[in-house]
Amino acid sequence: MRYLPLTDVDREQMLKVIGTKNIDDLFVDVPKSALLKDIVPLPKAQGEIEVHRHLQRLAEKNTPAGRTAFFLGAGAYRHHVPASVDHLIQRSEFLTAYTPYQPEIAQGTLQALYEFQSQVAQLLDMEVANASMYDGSTGCAEAAMMAARVTKRKKIVFSGGVHPHYVDTARTACEALGLEIVALPAAVDDEAAVTKELGADVAAVIVQSPNVFGTVTDLTKIGEAAHGAGALMVATFTECVSFGLIEPAGAYGADIVCGEGQSIGNALNFGGPYVGLFAVKEKYIRQMPGRVAGETLDADGKRGFVLTLSTREQHIRREKATSNICTNSGLCQLAWTIHMTLLGEEGLRKLATLNHEKAIALADALDKVSGVEVLTKRYFNEIAVLLKKTAQEVVDKLADKGVIGGVAMSRLNPKAGMDNVLITCATEMNTDEDIAAYAKALKEVLQ
Amino acid sequence: MITETTSGNRGLLQAEPLIFETGHATGAGVDLPAPKGTPNKLGGLGRKAALDLPGLSEPETMRHFVRLSQRNYAIDLGLFPLGSCTMKHNPRLNERAARFEGFADLHPLQPTSTIQGALELMDELAHWLCTLTGMPAVALSPKAGAHGEMCGMLAIKAALAARGEGDKRKRVLVPSSAHGTNPATAAAAGFTVDEIPARDDGRVHLDDVKAKLGPDVAAIMITNPNTCGLFEPEIKNIADAIHSAGAYFYCDGANYNAIVGKVRPGDLGVDAMHINLHKTFSTPHGGGGPGAGPTVLSAALAPFAPVPHIVLRGETRELREHMAGTQGFGRMCAFHGQMGMFTRALTYMMSHGSDGLRQVAEDAVLNANYLLARLKPHFSAPFGERPCMHEVLLDDSSIKPKGVETIDMAKALLDEGYHPFTTYFPLVVHGAMLIEPTETEPKRELDRFADVMIALAERVKAGEVEFFKQAPKLTPMRRLDDTRAARQPKLRWRRGQNDAGAKVAAE
Repeated sequence: MRYLPLTDVDREQMLKVIGTKNIDDLFVDVPKSALLKDIVPLPKAQGEIEVHRHLQRLAEKNTPAGRTAFFLGAGAYRHHVPASVDHLIQRSEFLTAYTPYQPEIAQGTLQALYEFQSQVAQLLDMEVANASMYDGSTGCAEAAMMAARVTKRKKIVFSGGVHPHYVDTARTACEALGLEIVALPAAVDDEAAVTKELGADVAAVIVQSPNVFGTVTDLTKIGEAAHGAGALMVATFTECVSFGLIEPAGAYGADIVCGEGQSIGNALNFGGPYVGLFAVKEKYIRQMPGRVAGETLDADGKRGFVLTLSTREQHIRREKATSNICTNSGLCQLAWTIHMTLLGEEGLRKLATLNHEKAIALADALDKVSGVEVLTKRYFNEIAVLLKKTAQEVVDKLADKGVIGGVAMSRLNPKAGMDNVLITCATEMNTDEDIAAYAKALKEVLQ
Repeated sequence: MITETTSGNRGLLQAEPLIFETGHATGAGVDLPAPKGTPNKLGGLGRKAALDLPGLSEPETMRHFVRLSQRNYAIDLGLFPLGSCTMKHNPRLNERAARFEGFADLHPLQPTSTIQGALELMDELAHWLCTLTGMPAVALSPKAGAHGEMCGMLAIKAALAARGEGDKRKRVLVPSSAHGTNPATAAAAGFTVDEIPARDDGRVHLDDVKAKLGPDVAAIMITNPNTCGLFEPEIKNIADAIHSAGAYFYCDGANYNAIVGKVRPGDLGVDAMHINLHKTFSTPHGGGGPGAGPTVLSAALAPFAPVPHIVLRGETRELREHMAGTQGFGRMCAFHGQMGMFTRALTYMMSHGSDGLRQVAEDAVLNANYLLARLKPHFSAPFGERPCMHEVLLDDSSIKPKGVETIDMAKALLDEGYHPFTTYFPLVVHGAMLIEPTETEPKRELDRFADVMIALAERVKAGEVEFFKQAPKLTPMRRLDDTRAARQPKLRWRRGQNDAGAKVAAE
């Protein structure tokens, strides 16, 4: 087997050194009845050619996004990732390294983490960021739990604009801890509704901008109201490219800003792995979940980086840890940092502007189709549209015409009462021809 | 010997400042079309302040990250014997498969008619995992080991609630040798943690478990093979006792590599176990992630698996994404889990096949026992009288009286060109050195490593304490000041604050 270097001669010699005859002598503590005598009933070893062929056949049963006119977002976005990003993250020294627990031989990973944290903090206009979460949704759940720790309160209020899967993820995590989740009814443009729920028991209001319907919101007053009631404002997001163009939640006084980083550096990958961005006000860093890299000096007085504040973490604090997270999204985080370095301020602004312009073109084109009403008034690259037919039916029929037109709100939240609402987005990847093809296909489907 | 250079470089190792110290706002490694200047639809909510994000051209970006990469140790460079971490070779066919357009360029919310191959792959992976572990069901969506633990514990919580015992059973038993994630997970799932103290032989004893059992116990979380590198010989009796007391058995599958294809956890009475695809099934660790933690479930827990579920209707696979009409406990994450890891893991499993996976466990255990045999005469091996599984546990009790501790041994190994073993874990053994060679190391690498370890032991004997305390001397950086980092946390670059004074870490 090509991945196993020991030869039978090696094995024999090694057993001799160990002082035993048979490999099963080493499994002596396994109850006899549980030690399998034979191999399990699965196919035997295969060469690269056969395995490659099998996986390729599976891949070919899918329709890749790039082979369609593609307008689907809602938590994952199709952007261009420069070729150099994937090349760099496949370098052995990054790809096959472990968590940087031995900083003297892990400065590459650690400096990149420090740069990542700095870039995230700059992007979100926040004081401190951690070294990543699994993804936006799990980061949002962590933010809810963190808010409960900080405020010692138990109620978390979600706006009707937060991605329904984020709410579901947070509900699962929070209810296990005995926290109460209040999820407001789906609303295209009413993040401020959370303030009506504020009271002495509310730990946090969680809002999203741009929200799942694409609506961009000024969060200033929500933040003021939350703080006035002793609660935190948590702001989540699914499209981090937006902050190249819109005001980030940090500027509105958010206490925790968390969301999905996939858009930068990472392919769609059918939902994962992605990278959760997580940033907090400095005063809360001891309650922050996850790893964090910090600057220090080595024995020669040279600047270097280490994982720090680990007394928050599970390997030190065990049941008193701020989170159980251990493995995070290291390599996706690295891809994010590399792509963001290639972009820089000017590149990100340009990329964001292109996305916005494509979305305006999309909104204008769809708006002209009979039976379509654009619901989202202030947006970045995503909009909600009201259709005269059920959105799920429209999505399926569009797919038959080679157009992935978005996702039906009813798929994300069947209880929203928005069966005719479609969420659709445009990115720099969409051409004018794509948009025209979409409008044409939609017109046919709605006829 | 030259210690300082004018450039700050040191031979092949190039000095490299932060991107914030070299990049600038208009530097860019991308060429995008010019925007048209369409009036915006932001409703006056455009970004006001500068981003102040540095940009670099592509050649500068390549150099920056290549230079950084050269400061990292990696499995492709040498033995990475971190106990509990299973740093094995990462086959590159896996990387290629994960990047097939039909997997990488696929959106999780595409219509199911366009993702049949992806769902089939997930089903295939599930079949392999269930068959290997002897368990009837698996939840694929957990994103890493700790997330899988959470999945298992929430399934247990839901099962207890379904029997009307949710409020009654709140206590979870966790041996003190457990990974920190176990108690952290139990607590985060709303349970209280009751520790089973360690015994001198590094094992969990049936009597100790029985003494803790009661009508308020929800579950036990046991790592098997355990963190001392031993298979728990009483595991089946412990499982029986747990079940008779009405509780569930969560198994931490971090050490599954020792028994894959040899022992099915389902035959041991396990109710839930996460599988670190980034350990046993070789998906790369990537400097800290991403991982994947599919969690196999017993028949008792299977109904409570989180969404999404893949449902076969005739020839077509559908996704059930909501809880309505199910007993599922909820949702672990926004989408379907770590598809990129599923692809890699299935590629790995198919490459090995059932015969090769069994060989994986055997070679991993053989390599560890070989190292144990070679190192035992020179170090204290607290449980070394019996065979170990895929990890060798040593401690510093034989070297500490001479003034050299585990940390010093680890730092001396850095100068010898090795990533050290896991230090000071498990906590139940003072000065633990946990060595996991994995099956992908050839015998000559093991011999070389053993020779180095033995030579270091000889240096301790010779009283060369300073040699250890000064280590590492040859690494890109010397020992770093953890205390300083924690006391004065500096967690990001800030304009004006970091620029001056810092000597760049060049060598």
